[in-house]
Amino acid sequence: MKRDLISITDYSKEEYLKIMDLAAEFEKNPNQDLLKGKVVASLFFEPSTRTRLSFETAINRLGGKIVGFADPQNSSSTKGETLHDTIKMVSNYADLIVMRHPLEGAARYAAEVSPVPIINAGDGANQHPTQTLLDMYSILKTQGTFDNLNIFMVGDLKYGRTVHSLLMAMSQFDTPIFNFIAPAELQMPEEYKMFLRENDIRYFEHREFTDIISEADIIYMTRVQKERFSDPMEYEQVKNIYILRNSMLENTKPNMKILHPLPRVNEIHTDVDKNEKAYYFTQALNGMYTREAIITHIMNLK
Amino acid sequence: MSNDTTKKKLKLKVSAIKEGTVIDHIPAQNLFKVITILGLDKIENQITFGTNLESQKLGSKAIIKVSDKFFENDEINKIALIAPDAKLNIIRDYEVVEKKIVKAPEIIKGIVKCFNPKCITNNEKVTTCFKVLSTSPVTLRCRYCEKMTIGEQMRML
Ligand SMILES: [Zn+2]
Repeated sequence: MKRDLISITDYSKEEYLKIMDLAAEFEKNPNQDLLKGKVVASLFFEPSTRTRLSFETAINRLGGKIVGFADPQNSSSTKGETLHDTIKMVSNYADLIVMRHPLEGAARYAAEVSPVPIINAGDGANQHPTQTLLDMYSILKTQGTFDNLNIFMVGDLKYGRTVHSLLMAMSQFDTPIFNFIAPAELQMPEEYKMFLRENDIRYFEHREFTDIISEADIIYMTRVQKERFSDPMEYEQVKNIYILRNSMLENTKPNMKILHPLPRVNEIHTDVDKNEKAYYFTQALNGMYTREAIITHIMNLK
Repeated sequence: MSNDTTKKKLKLKVSAIKEGTVIDHIPAQNLFKVITILGLDKIENQITFGTNLESQKLGSKAIIKVSDKFFENDEINKIALIAPDAKLNIIRDYEVVEKKIVKAPEIIKGIVKCFNPKCITNNEKVTTCFKVLSTSPVTLRCRYCEKMTIGEQMRML
């Protein structure tokens, strides 16, 4: 049976760990001709240069060929073709499909339609599992373990799909602690807190971004976006509260690392960049190794 | 009128078909949805229904009697989301030979619309599919967009 990657919760702890091992191998030796003779379709129904370049570089380093489109303006969907028909057609040509789509659930549906594996590179506000796996690889690399970590999530915890998926994935490991720092309007949704309570996982909620971060092993920053607020005044009040500055890092743990899915706006001050605890640019590079690992796992190449 | 006579009269009403199924305790406001979901508007059997009947539990209930029709469990359980208290009487030769209650299925396909306008099922011809997490209030998780459709948000297709 074919294996897809649609949602982070489709994978087991063992699969996460296998992908981590493979990513470490690719970090040592990124160029391996495992995809030689294979064609990968890269279908971006919504532009995302960052994610697309990371995937396409990963495919190139694995020796695969790429077909597809980077911009929905040039795709058949603008001529009114259904997702169903586009996937049916492309799956005739390609051995694997990487897709990004603005509609939620598009990747799950494509996986039902397609006889070849689908990797979800983002479906609207729903899932972006390869981001979560690269976040996990960054955590493992910097902390040496997934167990007993104190993870702080800061900013937009309501709509931020990356924090939701990371929470679900990290909950598979031993005794994590989560700390949520967010404005009232952007709190972690109840369903995730309920999940944590049901699994006896500790979490704490805070409105203020203060020296409580001295307990953190990981600080995961997200963007607080203006359009998320029903009241623009509310945004004006909070936009400068959830900014991480270098001066705030003085008493943080030596192993602590700052992650961010990028691109950032102003939520991490540029004076943090030179601090060795800033990890977000390396995190992005880890994305390429992780995507090589995901493709290798899905295509059963190793 | 004594209580006994009332009961007899009611029983008589309910049993007034020779062979078939009586579906009782449907919330009155969902009667027509139940008819649509069960496809009763597309069959040629004799059907009688009563609505806005008094009910202690539901306030106002409806009842459907379908002659010569016996539902499979899969079929009847589809109404569990909108008529969770429905009770079925299976009638053979004017007698109630079996009573059934409805049970919400774990997975519900078609029937319900996803509440999320950005869901693929609301934008392309895809059969909806939900995991039923709870029936009071109704809580459904979409197989596709993974969002919840809860209680009053639920719309039939
Ligand atoms: Zn949906």
